[in-house]
Order: sequence, then structure tokens, then C-alpha cells
Amino acid sequence: MAKVTVDGIEVEVPNGATVLQACEAAGKEIPRFCYHERLSVAGNCRMCLVEVEKAPKPVASCAYPVADGMVVKTDSPVVRNARRGVMEFLLINHPLDCPICDQGGECDLQDQSVSYGMDKSRYREAKRSVKDKNIGPLIKTIMTRCIQCTRCVRFSAEVAGTAELGGTNRGENMEIGTYVEKALTSELSGNLIDICPVGALTSRPYAFVSRPWELRKTDGIDVQDATGTNIRIDTRGPEVLRILPRINEDVNEEWMADRGRFSFDGLKRKRLDRPWLRVDGKLKPVSWPEALGAVAAKLKATAPDRIGAVAGDLVDAESAFALKALMAGLGSANLDCRQDGAAIDASRPDFYRFNTTIAGIEEADALLVIGANPRTEAPVINARIRKRWSLGKFPIGVVGPAGVDLTYGYDHVGEGPATLRSMLAGTHRFMAVLREAKKPMILLGRGALARPDGAAVLAASWAIARDCNALRDDWHGFNLLHLFGGQMAPLAMGFLPGAGGKDLGAMLSGGVDALWLLGADGIDPAAIAPETFVIYQGHHGDRAASRADVILPGAAYTEKDGTYLNTEGRAQISRTALHAPGEAREDWRIIRAAAQGLGVTVGFDDLAQLRAAMIAAAPALAEGFTRSFCMDMSGPAGDADALGDAPFASAITQYHLADAIARASDVMAECARTYGPVPALAAE
Amino acid sequence: MALSDKDRIFTNLYGMQDWRLAAAQRRGNWDGTKGILEKGRDWIIEEMKSSGLRGRGGAGFPTGMKWSFMPKQASERPHYLVVNADESEPGTCKDRDIIRHDPQTLIEGCLIAGFAMGAHAGYIYIRGEYYNESVVLEAAIQEAYDAGLIGKNACGSGWDFDLYVHRGAGAYICGEETALIESLEGKKGMPRLKPPFPAAVGLYGCPTTVNNVETIAVVPTILRRGAAWFAGFGRPKNSGTKVFCIQGHVNKPCNVEEEMSIPMRELIERHAGGVRGGWDNLLCVIPGGSSTPLLPKDICDTVLMDFDALREHKSGLGTAGVIVMDKSTDIVRAIARLSRFYKHESCGQCTPCREGMGWVSRMMDRMVEGRADVEEIDVLEEVTRRIEGHTICALADGGVWPVQGLIRHFRPVMEARIADYKAKHARPSMPLAAE
Repeated sequence: MAKVTVDGIEVEVPNGATVLQACEAAGKEIPRFCYHERLSVAGNCRMCLVEVEKAPKPVASCAYPVADGMVVKTDSPVVRNARRGVMEFLLINHPLDCPICDQGGECDLQDQSVSYGMDKSRYREAKRSVKDKNIGPLIKTIMTRCIQCTRCVRFSAEVAGTAELGGTNRGENMEIGTYVEKALTSELSGNLIDICPVGALTSRPYAFVSRPWELRKTDGIDVQDATGTNIRIDTRGPEVLRILPRINEDVNEEWMADRGRFSFDGLKRKRLDRPWLRVDGKLKPVSWPEALGAVAAKLKATAPDRIGAVAGDLVDAESAFALKALMAGLGSANLDCRQDGAAIDASRPDFYRFNTTIAGIEEADALLVIGANPRTEAPVINARIRKRWSLGKFPIGVVGPAGVDLTYGYDHVGEGPATLRSMLAGTHRFMAVLREAKKPMILLGRGALARPDGAAVLAASWAIARDCNALRDDWHGFNLLHLFGGQMAPLAMGFLPGAGGKDLGAMLSGGVDALWLLGADGIDPAAIAPETFVIYQGHHGDRAASRADVILPGAAYTEKDGTYLNTEGRAQISRTALHAPGEAREDWRIIRAAAQGLGVTVGFDDLAQLRAAMIAAAPALAEGFTRSFCMDMSGPAGDADALGDAPFASAITQYHLADAIARASDVMAECARTYGPVPALAAE
Repeated sequence: MALSDKDRIFTNLYGMQDWRLAAAQRRGNWDGTKGILEKGRDWIIEEMKSSGLRGRGGAGFPTGMKWSFMPKQASERPHYLVVNADESEPGTCKDRDIIRHDPQTLIEGCLIAGFAMGAHAGYIYIRGEYYNESVVLEAAIQEAYDAGLIGKNACGSGWDFDLYVHRGAGAYICGEETALIESLEGKKGMPRLKPPFPAAVGLYGCPTTVNNVETIAVVPTILRRGAAWFAGFGRPKNSGTKVFCIQGHVNKPCNVEEEMSIPMRELIERHAGGVRGGWDNLLCVIPGGSSTPLLPKDICDTVLMDFDALREHKSGLGTAGVIVMDKSTDIVRAIARLSRFYKHESCGQCTPCREGMGWVSRMMDRMVEGRADVEEIDVLEEVTRRIEGHTICALADGGVWPVQGLIRHFRPVMEARIADYKAKHARPSMPLAAE
């Protein structure tokens, strides 16, 4: 520890800390532009200059290491003059377009100029202007505003792992850009908007939309991937205007994936805002009593074992639990939440969890990825893997398609289950790497389970983890990476076939007469047997709604209080940011109303009772998280010898169109056009 | 008292003799190098310290001390010697002559310096424009390899030493040691933050020492003739001999090796044939390459050419590129040209330099015409003060010092020019009441 005196306040900071950290420990705020806690130190903006006794000139506090007995002054005339100088230099070529700048109100330069700016300009020469760059459909650039702090350059090179931005030219002609014009390929590109301290990189969809002080901010959870990113939903009146990440060191640090950030315009399109009923083969708008009446009539007339329910990928735990309670009341055990047919063994939570935890990735010292592409399936988790990888001594092996850019170097050890077989036999070279590691990690993609030999892949992966000593009472190295935010909670509450119950395949192929789809857009509607009566409850007129006989309009994740489990099994609550459109209602209320119509007791009348019942039935759904290790090495059901031969494929083929909200979004559609081949429309 | 021929280190500075190895060895290069190395690392560093040699690249940091910062024990990280031959300071051309006419002094110095700091590899980063010089240097290195002087078991000393030449691409900033390292690594030449200093984290993250060509090239002779010999020249703390580059309005521009602390007037009159039109025709001198502030004639009359004497007059010895200007010089225009150079060469990393150099340069352009207000001279001065000392490297300091020197010594010239311009461009439309 080093003792440092900052403006007369004595603080103790660890050796190796920077002067800036010492100043913060002393409660002194140091202005900065280029410095960012999660990026390498550039030290180029010169705004954080402080005076250090015995140093000949002011030092950049962000980069200067502390020494014991150092005396720092953060508010001396020298310091103030230096900062005023830097501010003046930054402003001479910065356009005075704050009134039309989208960063206005949350701009570091604007804020700092209040403290260190001059009231008039002494600059009489011509101002510099810089040509704007086109870097894709998500980020709008106004490069004249750029102050060359290089945060974006460092973010894309260090965190995103796609070194596409850089500075070209020298001196005052330095420009930030891609050199050859191209759209940024990172799935984390939206974070560039957050880290840009000025209005040079702003959100294209949010351009000229609103001012920050007009927005109502609600804490939410991103459900569009299974990371459980903590988000802030900014609304004005009846619409979501933007979504930003919140800081949660254990989950997303302060990053967020592009699909979750930019597909909110999908929340306004293709919405189911009133109940519909199929009459004479055609869907007709009806009132709630009519729709619920039709549901009650059908379900009363159907034998309980001929009724089934499927939970979708984006559902909150409360809705799924309500539906499960309804099914229990009706006497049906036909439940399933695995729309992709993944062979998940839910008999123990650590068979389907990301047991190492996201933060735990940083402790690991070897990684084997099986049948997953973390970059598209969970970009934020991928950034965490990259973070660990860039620290060195982290061998990564990947079993899956060759030639995939995961943003870090890895050893492509194989394409299919044959590799797993040789690993189990102990003959594979990467097995030696895993065995040597102290904290090896196996990351199994959910896509690798959604195949005929899924159960075998699961069992084989577990066995590999056991063979390389990744299953210990102080380390759990087996991880399943889910794809969406609503996939874990139904598993945790057992939204799965009960005793004698039918699974998804059996339900679809005519095993039931009435099928209740709760936001289940992941299945091909054509696979549902034609005579099945389909109740679709959800928020988007996506794949399944057109096949429905009754449509019950529900709420999207921004429109309800809901609990979500991320892939680690971390239970987080997302708050209501705005009301569902039109006659759409929160899903648990719809189910509660349907239960009343059916004369079934579900055991709750309000959300608090529902939550209490849910947590009593499944304690894992109580908000919070405790990391647990492996106490029992016995593996999941499934025979590792039954492995097939088909190579693994990525579960997400089109990142920007992977869920119902994104598919309704114009922004995501443009991204899909920019970044990939145009998808063939099903109707054509 | 001028330096006698027997005390010259660079005996072929003018290229009167062959630069090749055989001729160089006849001049005394590579004489007893093995014996020097056998005296050991500590002896070499101690000897360098007591010789009082200060770095010849501009900053004047004591060389022996710099070498002693290298880790004593070799770890798994290799040590590197980097020689800065990116001689881009306007007014400086000493390294060029050393490389093209006396390359073996440099190569021998590299071996000794590399040995003293535990480096098995040395890189000579030569300015891109020095194409012919790099050809000579590479040939000279090849000759040294062929003769077994460097390479495996260099000079039979048991020390392996490899030497590589890397050509720059013509950026002034790459003469800054950390920018040079970045450039050598293949990156954009932008100075790094210090600390960590290169002796701890340098080229490829390994301990590195960057020295100027002249600094390294004088090492073998110092060790051969003894630290006391070298320390005997010049004033205390400014010891040794130095190659001065004298140019501008002198009768015979030249490079000359002279004793440190020689009076400027003697230097110019003895070696460069005096100022054009006589000493009284002198306007001012930039004593140490373009980035040192100019000195007007009254200071030049008496000033000594060494680090401390010039510092006392708020200038510096720098690279000892002496730029002489006689009274025909438009001094404002001359300094405006230098400002334009520094604006063009700013790397663009730090805010004050990136934004400020353009500002200074544009104001200077107006000052040349006189298209400014007198108060703007104060603004100009303050802008330079706000740039100076607020950046990562010293380019910004060197870029504004000439302007500060101009204002310090020639403010009346600037004011007169502004008045002149105002008089010429006064609006004639307002008749005076008296008329």
C-alpha cells in the first residue's frame, strides 16, 4: 500500500494504482476524456493533469503510478490553467452545434466546459471540419465533433476484438475511421456510442429523437440473449426510445449486445394489441370475454391429457409459472419449454447452467467450446472470454464449424462428435491441455443439444469435464450456454413433461387437441398437426400467431414486471417501463383470467402471491444468485456412446433476426441486409 | 584553443578517406575491442559515467546513468539496444556524416553498448530519407559480420551480438525514443506514456535503451583513451567533444567536431568562415537545431556552446545544429516556417499539441504579414505556454520554443509589422475633421 496525500487528504491505495485512482479514493473528481476504466490507458487527452510535488511538469493522473509519500494537488493554479488550456484546445476545432447534437445533455465535453471553459473564444482562424464516415446502420458519425480520444479505437481493438477503427493521418489532420469505408462487424458496436465522450458517435436509430432529460428511466433485463444484461429502458410516453446497459460487474460489466440495444423499434411493430379468434378459417378481432370464452369452451371440452402447453424463449418466469399452474389445475402434464428440442436434462440444475459463472471465466485457465459460437449467441459473454484470453495463458479449443472468427485466437480441434469421442478416449491432443489446466472450462452450446444425439453430446461433454477434473467442490467447469433470456426460468421450475406427459414432439404431431403457446415463436407452425386447436399468447405477430385459433395479446419484456434467469441461473427482476399497447395485458393476468373462466384454482390473485408461490415451488427463482460448485460428479442421463457423426452447426444463423422482437425491427432488418444474405421469406 | 587533430574521434567526418572496414581499422577503429569487453559490464558503465558523456540526441541525459537503468540480471526477456538514427531535426546533419563516412565507429559502439547493457541484438532506426546512408551502413555491417567483429562470438569475446538496420518512413516524431520503438514494432509512430521507461518496458515490452548515433559512436574512443581524456574537454558536466553543424548565413557551412563549451563566436568564425558580411551583420542564431529558442546577437557575442550555458539563456544545446541568420533574414517568417513544420509533424495524440500547433502556426502566418492585433502576441505567447509541458513527449515543447524565443527577443519587430500592416490597410474613407 502507498500513502498518498491528495489536496491535504491522506489516502492509502495499493501499489501500482494510478494517481487518478488515488484522487478518486480521496473523493476528488478528475475530469477525463480518453481514460476509461475498462480500456487501456492512452493518456492523450491531457484533461486529467494534476500537479505532483517534485515532478517538473503536471502529470497525466490516469497513467502516472503512485509512489509512497506522493503529494498530489488537483486544484492548484497550475492544474486549473492546464485544464483550461486543454479545454480551450478541444473547443477551438469543436463545432458549436450542441443545440442539434444528440449527445447534448450527456456530453462529457459539455459538462467539463462548464468547469473549465472560457466564456468566449480567442480562436480567430478557420475551424477544421472532418468528413463523416459511414460505419454501418447502427452508428451515426459526425466526425467534426471528434476529439480524438481514441476510446472507440481501443474499445474495438481490446473489448470487441474487431480492430476495425483506427486513426489515420497525423497532427490536426488525424481522423478516426475504418480507412476503407466499411460497416463495423462487431456485435458490441453499440457500446461505442456509450463510450464516446462527445457526439461524434451517436445512435443512428435515436438520431434527433429525444433529449435525455425527457426520458423516464426504468431498470430492466435484456431477454434477447441469455446473458441477462442489466439494462436501462428509456421511455417517453408510450414508447421505448432507447435501451442502454447498466453496470453489473458480475454479468455484463457495462457492455451490451447490439440486438438487445437496437431492436426496441420492434416493440412498436407487428404487435398483437387485441384478442383475435379464428372464425370460419379467418382470424377476426374480438373482445377479451369472447376470446377467453372460446378458450374456456375448447379446454373444457378437451380431455386433460389432450391439452398441452409450450413456453417460448422470451417469457418471464411469472407467466410460465402461471401457465404451469393452470395446466396443473386442468390436470395436464403436457408441458415443454424446449422449442428447439434440446436434450436438456433438468434433473439437476448444474446440468443446464453456466456453472463457472460469467465473472468466473476470468479465473479459468483453459476452455473447450463445443458446438457453440459465443460471439453470436452471447456477445457479452464472448467479450468476457476475450478479456480472459487477452491476459494470456488461456488455451481455447473449439469443436464446431471451421473458420469462425470468435475475436480471439483458438485451436480448432474438430467439427463434430468424433472429436468428443477421441477426447473421451484420451487420445486427443487438446485433452492433455485441459488436464493440465487447474481450472478448465467446458462451454457447451445449446445448439449442440438440439440434435438427435443431443443427449449423448450432453453426456459426453459432462464426461470430458469430469475427465479433465473440471468438476470439483471448489470449481465447476461445466457450462451450458443458452440462447435467450426466457429459457432458463421454465427449466428451473420444471416446465417440462410431467409424469406421463408428452414432450414437444409428441404435442406437435397430434398428441394434443389443444395447444397453448406462450410466446412460442421458435417452432415451425407448419409442424403443428392441422387439427390441433392453437391458443397463442404473446406479444408479436410472428411465426406462430398466424397459425393460432385464438390470439391472446400479451406484454413484451419492457411492459411487465418479470423475473428472468440468465444462463448462469441468476434471477433478476425487470421492471415495467411502459404499458402494453391496446388491449394487450400482462401475461400472468391473462392466464389468471382464463383460469377463472375454466373454474380452475391456480392459487394466486396478484403478482405478489404468484411470486411467493413460484419461489416456494422453485427457490432458484428468488431474486439473487449464489455460485455453487460441483458436489456430485454423476452425469446427466444420456449415453455418451450414442454420439452421431453430423458436424456441429451454430444455433444462431442470423444474429440480427434471431428472436421475435428483432424480427419485427426495421433497424435489425437493415442490419441483416448489411451484414448477411437476405433471408428467404417463408410466404414466398 | 581548438581541438587538435589527435583528439578527434571522427577522423573521417569529411569522407576524405575510405569508409570501408580496412581503412577504418587503419584509423584505429576496432582496436582492442575484445580487451574492452573483457573488462566487463560494470567497468564500461562506470567509465561512461566518469567520462561525463551526455546524450547527443538533444536532451543531454547522462549516458552512463541511462545504461545503468537496464536490469542487471538477464531475465527471460531479452535486452535491446536501439540506435536512433532518425535524424530529422532541421539544422542537424551530424549523424548522417558519421554513418556515411565513419560507420565503423557506430558499429563498434553498438557492440560495446549492447554488451554493457546485456543486449544481444541492436536495431539502428535510420531515417527513411537517408537511403544512401543506409546502403553504406548495411554494407559496413556486413563487412563487420564477415570479419567476425559482430555476430556470433563478436570479436572473439564470447558475446553474441546482431545488428539490424530499420528504415523509417520520414516522420519527425519517430525520432522520439518511444515513438521510435512503436514504429520499430510496426505501429504508428506515436510516443508512449512514461513511466514505464524503455529501460523497463521498451521494444516488444523488453528492456531497451535508445541512444543517438553520435552518443554510441563516441563510446569506443572514450573507452580506449579513458574517461579522463574525454572529461578533460569542456566545462564540468558538459564534457567531451561534439560534432557541431553550422549552417545558414555563414561563409562556409560545415560539420565540425569541436570541444564542448567553445564560445559560439569562435566556433562560427574559426570553422564556418564567419557570418556573411561580418559578425556585426549577425541577427540571431538558433544554437541547437530548430526546436531551441533563438539567441540574438548580443547573447551570441559571449555565449559558450554547451548544455548549461545555453540553458542559462533559455535556449539549449539540443543537437548542436547551429543555424546562423544575418540581418537580411525576415525572422518572423523564419520562425513561422518552423511552426508550420511542427504543426505538420505533430503526431496528433495529445490535445494541446494536436490542436495548438495548428493554432500557433496560423497565428504566426498572420504575424508574418502583420495581419493581427498587438494583443494577439500575448495570446500567442499564452497559447504556447498552454502547450508547453502538457503533452506526452517533448515535440510540443520543441515546437513552441522557437515562437517563445521570437517573442522574447523580437517582439518589437512583430509589433512594428502589425503597425505597418494597419497603416497600409487603414480605411481611407474617413476624412479627418482637420482636413
